[in-house]
Amino acid sequence: MNKLLTNKLTTKTFPIKGMHCASCVRVLEKSLGGVEGVSNAVVNLATESATVTFNSKKVTDNDLVSAVANVGYKAGINEELKTEDEQKQEKQKELRNLRNKVLVSLGLGVLIVWGSFPFLMQFSPAILQNFLVQMILAIPVQFWAGWEFYRATIPALKHRTANMDTLVAIGTTVAFSYSAVVTIFPQLVESIGVRPEPYFDVSTIIIGLILLGRYFEAKAKAGTSEAIKKLIGLQARTARVLVDGVEKDIPIERVVVGNVIRVRPGEKIPVDGQILEGESSIDESMVTGESIPVDKTKEDTVIGATLNKTGTFLYKATKVGADTMLSQIIKLVQEAQASKAPIQRLADLISSYFVPIVIMLAIATFVVWYVFGPNPAFAFAMLNMVAVLIIACPCAMGLATPTAIMVGTGKGAEHGILIKDAQNLQTAHKINTVIFDKTGTLTKGKPEVTDVVSTEVILSERSKSKDLILLLAASLEKGSEHSLAEAIVNKGEAEKVKLMKVSSFKAIAGHGVEGIINGQKVILGNRRLMEKEEIKVEEREVERLENEGKTVMILGADGKLAGLIAVADTLKETAKEGVEKLQKMGVEVVMITGDNQRTANAIAKQVGIKRVLAEVLPDQKETEVRKIQQEGKIVAMVGDGINDAPALAASDIGIAMGSGTDVAIESAGMVLINKDLNSVALAFELSQKTMRTIKMNLFWAFGYNVILIPVAMGILYLPFGILLNPIFASAAMALSSISVVSNSLLLKRFKIYPTYST
Amino acid sequence: MDKILVIIFGLLGIAFTFWFFLMKREKEVSVENLPAGKAGEIDIKVSGGYSPEVISIPVGKTTKVNFLRTDPTDCLSEVVLGDFKIRKELPLNQKVTVEITPKEIGEYPYSCGMNMYHGRIVVR
Repeated sequence: MNKLLTNKLTTKTFPIKGMHCASCVRVLEKSLGGVEGVSNAVVNLATESATVTFNSKKVTDNDLVSAVANVGYKAGINEELKTEDEQKQEKQKELRNLRNKVLVSLGLGVLIVWGSFPFLMQFSPAILQNFLVQMILAIPVQFWAGWEFYRATIPALKHRTANMDTLVAIGTTVAFSYSAVVTIFPQLVESIGVRPEPYFDVSTIIIGLILLGRYFEAKAKAGTSEAIKKLIGLQARTARVLVDGVEKDIPIERVVVGNVIRVRPGEKIPVDGQILEGESSIDESMVTGESIPVDKTKEDTVIGATLNKTGTFLYKATKVGADTMLSQIIKLVQEAQASKAPIQRLADLISSYFVPIVIMLAIATFVVWYVFGPNPAFAFAMLNMVAVLIIACPCAMGLATPTAIMVGTGKGAEHGILIKDAQNLQTAHKINTVIFDKTGTLTKGKPEVTDVVSTEVILSERSKSKDLILLLAASLEKGSEHSLAEAIVNKGEAEKVKLMKVSSFKAIAGHGVEGIINGQKVILGNRRLMEKEEIKVEEREVERLENEGKTVMILGADGKLAGLIAVADTLKETAKEGVEKLQKMGVEVVMITGDNQRTANAIAKQVGIKRVLAEVLPDQKETEVRKIQQEGKIVAMVGDGINDAPALAASDIGIAMGSGTDVAIESAGMVLINKDLNSVALAFELSQKTMRTIKMNLFWAFGYNVILIPVAMGILYLPFGILLNPIFASAAMALSSISVVSNSLLLKRFKIYPTYST
Repeated sequence: MDKILVIIFGLLGIAFTFWFFLMKREKEVSVENLPAGKAGEIDIKVSGGYSPEVISIPVGKTTKVNFLRTDPTDCLSEVVLGDFKIRKELPLNQKVTVEITPKEIGEYPYSCGMNMYHGRIVVR
């Protein structure tokens, strides 16, 4: 518990139990904040804790506890916050415990095998061949190491349910009990014509191998949730907040919206915000997946948990706690990992009947071998029954889908590809048509000057210079509010032209602008303006530019044509490559836009898109998506997630692309938080690989059970004389679930190529 | 003679297994329909399965489901409510609350992380 005393004000941080969503945070903050004497209450979902600042003379611990209890949660006010390290230690302790059990049971098992296996026993000490000694060695394995099978079976039976532990418990108990009877009352067994031969090797080795399988499985399973742990670990722990001009390090939980925070080179940015002062280069790769650092300056947004590289800056916190981009990503990934893929439904159905069916098959195996089997019938019947119980592996079926989904969605998140749930992941691999919204998705969404052309028809040599054309245009447009004007002024600033003074400035609606510069009348606008001023326009050049999808502004000076400036929304650097990748995958790429056909065609040509839907108003986009779906296509719509939400919702998968903290995460089935258009193809590829892993896992898990259960029942005995030793059955079973988890972990090796910053 | 006995006991054993595991009646516990704005609450004990296994909750309203695991079996250490996109660790002897607001009437299964133990949420 942290305790900071400032006069009468006390700050306490304590764990809250029962929290699970962003709404809990608000409810708790409201309730705690409502206690008289509490000046500030901040609740953090990621750490499941509250930090409350209060007047210790007015507020007692009990007030806080009841404020939390009133809204349905539990405050562990005197409990220490359990750190991640402690949780990790606990898990490690469990693993160590399991490892010890494995070592002891396999060690004792090997001794028993040495003393009882036909060939090996010739070389073993006589003491190991003694049945009683074997039983003494088998007891700790059965009831100490194997206790967890009983511990799981007994309460399950009370519920009339059965699981894998039930099968192992029954199987090993049968082998152990029979062996114990043979050891203690050999005459009894002899009297029914059976040679007294115990099977302690079977019961001990089975327990040892299954526990060994569990040990490796637990280790491998920890790897499947690594991505989410990494994301949670990204969070900064403290922030350097400016309080009355003094910098003070405070825990991240206490940062509130509006705090001014200083970040130095090499430091982590604590929460989301907007730069007030200074500039820097920021490595956002850990959150957005963009590998190239992004330059940021005043008014730019910064993302919490990203790394400041070069400069120092001051920024204002705009999103804290559960609202930060990182928290949203974590929530999204956690939800995706918890969701179920439709493909899993069948596995679910089968696994609910699986264990009872295996028990029935085991009984049937015993009966058939006892009645029809060769002598010693009882031994054959018992060993085959145990083999059936042991070889059945419902775990592999249960693990097949969720582990692959956990690794797949985690892998995506590491690279800025957020898949909202398993259903979307499953749909994504079937997509055969991708519709890109043009503005802001394929293009940067901001017009830029692309061409400055000086014409042949000019008066003086000086004005041939492109710089002069830009200078005149930028000077003139400085006073204009038109969106194209901004592009020209920006270009002027970027080229560092020194703007000239403009007098008698006038904006002529629907035409352009005019003004007097250096005593000369300068006009900038469209053809209609030139016609009005009786200036002859170089049509061929204008048309060439317009055919490229650009908007052309014509500059006239002193009654003559001076030059042309073309402005266009430029393509993102990765647009062409991103589209090509999809086409190579056999996906049809379509562009949808509100622009006129000529502009749309020009842009589409540049990126290599053949099918263009132009002049589509925003509210008609949804209809267009549906039309394409009616052609039998499975459609993904890629947009910014803000203006085209209905179209995203109508498509089979809506993919929202954005950058920074503005991404509307809620709006789509998949969110790409980097600006790289290659991510669309990558997301599909990841989905295909994940689905392939799931299918392989399910095939393996089902195939394993469908093939090996009959083998354990003895189906190969008549034609080939093959019987499955229960010891091999346990080895196969242990391997089966490990192989499923390991196969899922192979997805981690999926290569994601470096992304490009735009 | 012994063979006949084994056949009889075998058949009885199969019939008993079928009846015991597959014919059980799941007792359904209903969450009381509380006035709007107030969340209903239900406790589910996690030990060798879920009790109650089947709960019925009202549609469109938020219900708090409190899981308390007292069984150390590793399999039960996670609960998955796939339809509600919830996967929660259930630390031993610690109440874990999940809040669900079903939008549609229907049956939603939930299970342990390995899909061995099952329960159902009936939305009415």
